[in-house]
Amino acid sequence: MKKIREAIIEKTILLNGFACILFVILIFVFLAKDGLTLFKTISIQDFLFGQIWSPLNEPPQFGILPLFLGSLFVTLGATVIAVPLGMACAIFIGEIAPRWMREILKAGVELLAAIPSIVIGFIGMALLGPVVKQIFHLPTGLTAVTGSIALAFMAIPTMVSIMEDAITSVPRIYKEGSLALGATHWQTIYRVIIPAASSGIVAAIMLGIGRVIGETMAVMMLTGNASVMPQTILAPVRTLTATIAAEMGETVRGSEHYFSLFAIGLVLFGITFLINFLADMARHRKIK
Amino acid sequence: MKIKPQTKQKIAFTLLGLAAVAVIVPVILVLAILVQRGLPAISWQFLTEMPKMGMRAGGIFPAIMGTLCLVVCAISVALPLGVLTAIYLVEYAKKNWWTRMIEIAIVNLAGVPSVVYGLFGLGLFVIFFQFGSSIIAGALTLAIMELPVIITSSKEALMSVPRSFREASLALGVSKWETIRCVVLPNALPGILTGSILGVSRTAGETAPILFTVAAFYLPRLPHSIFDQCMALPYHLYVLSTQVPNVKPALQYGTALVLVGMVFSLNFVAILVRSHIRSKKQW
Repeated sequence: MKKIREAIIEKTILLNGFACILFVILIFVFLAKDGLTLFKTISIQDFLFGQIWSPLNEPPQFGILPLFLGSLFVTLGATVIAVPLGMACAIFIGEIAPRWMREILKAGVELLAAIPSIVIGFIGMALLGPVVKQIFHLPTGLTAVTGSIALAFMAIPTMVSIMEDAITSVPRIYKEGSLALGATHWQTIYRVIIPAASSGIVAAIMLGIGRVIGETMAVMMLTGNASVMPQTILAPVRTLTATIAAEMGETVRGSEHYFSLFAIGLVLFGITFLINFLADMARHRKIK
Repeated sequence: MKIKPQTKQKIAFTLLGLAAVAVIVPVILVLAILVQRGLPAISWQFLTEMPKMGMRAGGIFPAIMGTLCLVVCAISVALPLGVLTAIYLVEYAKKNWWTRMIEIAIVNLAGVPSVVYGLFGLGLFVIFFQFGSSIIAGALTLAIMELPVIITSSKEALMSVPRSFREASLALGVSKWETIRCVVLPNALPGILTGSILGVSRTAGETAPILFTVAAFYLPRLPHSIFDQCMALPYHLYVLSTQVPNVKPALQYGTALVLVGMVFSLNFVAILVRSHIRSKKQW
């Protein structure tokens, strides 16, 4: 009797383990089911490389290139800001800061991670937008740059915590060996510790980028939502994520427009799947 | 002229310190502004009244209750599922490619963009299961979204229980499941709790997944059942700041402050639980 119960429980737990795989497959299936329907009427080339996104015009056009470039501009901008800042912050926390300062900085970074994206978007609209508008003398403050700055701050906590893990898990003897040879602390950091932690740092950067690409609400509120081919980073753009969030409410279920948003979802799922997979690979690579 | 390594180090450390300051100062600034502009708007009426005049006046009561409903429903689905998955991975799974697949699936669940979860919830729960736009559809979407957070922290909590505890119990003839239930789980419980609270705080602030699965634009009453739509704090803030013209800024900042307050107090509780465990740990 007891044995049977034990076996049943074991099987239940086993099933639970597979639930995660099931969910990933379900997400893919439900995106693909509606997303791929679009390609019955529109060719994949027109969808991926079409330069005009105007689903409400007659005839509608579903080219996601401007949206993709919008995402790319915002992501690149955010990465350029977040990587140096995040890395400096992680090194400072992991290696240099005295204990009390480390605790404060870590708490600050955790607080930053906890602020919901909608609040970042709201604050960005109220405070950051006007500043960007004034500095660059623009007609509007809601541009790719505004989005990049806000998103950089959303990516930094992810990057800092993983980078700091990587830095502190570098074996102590590496550091001691370098210091014993007469290298200064700074020389040790950038010649020994950073190279030794490099796979963790790469993973951190990729996970940060993954977070930025997938970010929706803040980006929708801050980038100005103009679905045209972006010319400069000081122009309003629209990202893949924001397009889904902004337009899903207005579509008719089963229309081409509806399917096209699922197709965008599928593209996003593919991009983040790839990034996360690579980041995980980098993270699990053994330090030689 | 060659700069001395010691001077270089001083310059480098100063720059690194400045970068750390550049990350922290905006956080403090944002919080200070939220408190300064939001606090005057918060009153008992604001927290307990229905919104009035197309949301330009009145309170945010239904949004607070909606978010609470969603969060409670989501965690009651995600917690058992997540903990059992963690138990499987830590106690039962062998190191083979199946286990690796599950781990990769978890990493990817954590990385799927929130708006894609929204699409998925719309496709599966709202349309396929015909729940319609409802609390249950939104809560299930959020539950799958917070699953990776709960699994990861539960796994860590389970792994931190020493091997010898399990061996002692097994040596007494206790079965494997009973060992897990009576020895491992109680010792891992605080760690699991911490992770769950963090998961909850994350879902409380999410907007994109509830956009098409549950959120009501303006619904000045409480939901009747889990098959009803409801308002939610993050979506309400979105509506107030972009969709409705001429909203008093105090109302927007007040809503933002309540949302941030909720999320932060959850985080604070999690930190308290965590430090409490650390101080009580006897092994």
